[in-house]
Amino acid sequence: MLMTPGLALFYGGMVRRKNAISTTMMSFCALGVVGLLWVLYGYSFCFGADRAGLIGGFEHLFLRGVEQAPSAIYASTIPHLAFFAFQGMFAVITVALISGAVVERMRFGALVLFSALWVTVVYCPVAHWVWGAGGWLLRLGALDFAGGTVVHICAGFSALALAIVLGPRKGYHKGQVMEPHNIPMVVLGAGLLWFGWFGFNAGSALTSGGLAASAFVATNTSAAAAAVTWMLLSWWNRRPSALGTATGAVAGLVAITPAAGFISPVMAIPVGIVGSCVCYYCIRLRVRLEVDESLDVWAVHGMGGVWGALATGLFADPAITGGAAGLLHGNAAQVGIQAVGVVAVAVFAFSVSYGLARLIAALVGLRVESREETLGLDLAQHAERAYGGAVS
Amino acid sequence: MKKIEAIFREEKLDAVKNALEAKGYYGMTVSQVHGRGRQKGLRLQQRSGEFEVDLLPKVKVEIVVLDEDLIPVMHALAASARTGDIGDGKIFVLPVYDALRIRTGDAGADAV
Repeated sequence: MLMTPGLALFYGGMVRRKNAISTTMMSFCALGVVGLLWVLYGYSFCFGADRAGLIGGFEHLFLRGVEQAPSAIYASTIPHLAFFAFQGMFAVITVALISGAVVERMRFGALVLFSALWVTVVYCPVAHWVWGAGGWLLRLGALDFAGGTVVHICAGFSALALAIVLGPRKGYHKGQVMEPHNIPMVVLGAGLLWFGWFGFNAGSALTSGGLAASAFVATNTSAAAAAVTWMLLSWWNRRPSALGTATGAVAGLVAITPAAGFISPVMAIPVGIVGSCVCYYCIRLRVRLEVDESLDVWAVHGMGGVWGALATGLFADPAITGGAAGLLHGNAAQVGIQAVGVVAVAVFAFSVSYGLARLIAALVGLRVESREETLGLDLAQHAERAYGGAVS
Repeated sequence: MKKIEAIFREEKLDAVKNALEAKGYYGMTVSQVHGRGRQKGLRLQQRSGEFEVDLLPKVKVEIVVLDEDLIPVMHALAASARTGDIGDGKIFVLPVYDALRIRTGDAGADAV
């Protein structure tokens, strides 16, 4: 749960000061909006009884049948309510991640509407495909330990679609400076994300045994390798960048997410190093394509998630989780299965999000007025300012 | 009386303070300002790649001096703020019509 405020700091420091509140609020409000929808119907649509492998049913609306005793199907080691809450946090962060694409120009109300609809028609089906009993990707054998596909590919490709429909920030193509206003805040946010990620990845073992410890070590190792890699890339370019190192850590965490509980922890080193390079060059590509996907949700989460999913297919080791073997352990087919999962989720998330964004644009409009954008969204959308009080 | 407005490098503030104090001028008003000139911009790093900032941070010191002190103070200030590299800044001199010390009511040269 601490990850989402961590993400709010991570994103909030990367925008101009006039949009600091707006950007943190875009992440933070997901805790409220998605946290509520998760109780009402979100959990049920993900983990209710299977409907054709595509989505969960209505069994668990309003927490019906979600009690202190463990579920009959999921997570026999913990109370069903604990599984419910844990899964809810995945939904919250996924929605919050998308907001990085639209900062400094999207209307807050339009984002809340998008978030609510998006959880319903994108997140719930995809989570069911991958994690729900009977979901078609689960039956196919696709491996996703802690949300590389469900959270990161899903968020990254949806973010790209939303950013394309929304259009660039004012002045973006004219080379207007959009300097991150508080890099220590970004670093603090990355630190909180790193810590919270232990909960997601080790917690996905759903018990505090050997597998949780293995996932824990793999997670930390990948983050460390990726942070060092990005630091070196920026050093090679010019100087060791703090913003780059923090971004590298997040790239490593994304890359290890689907693999954490399937691969030997030492293999997290190549996962992290390659993950960092993939994300670094995807940002360059994104800049060259002149798409203002502002905080690089697609490059870091989308493409980091793609690499992580494929890496799971390469490195999965049956000694870690029985029955899950990848290419290096003689099961080349796993790479193909992972690729099917990647393509299906990326295409589904991108196209449905694109449609959703067009729909909301037509209904209520996505962007703030030009004058409000210049003034900053903090004042225009929230009537607050982050660093107020010019005198005293 | 003349007002000296000096805009120069942030890291030279301590040297300028010492130089002015040595000339008998302790009081000053300092502000952090942003501006641009022949130095052009500053290239900063972002996540991958760089971007250009064209407004650079400088400090501005404002003091009011007696007419006979103007030339020595101005030269002391310039000498202490100078590095010789592009971007050292500028000094402007303006006439001052009058001054008043609020506490005592002293006016003119007595207020400086």
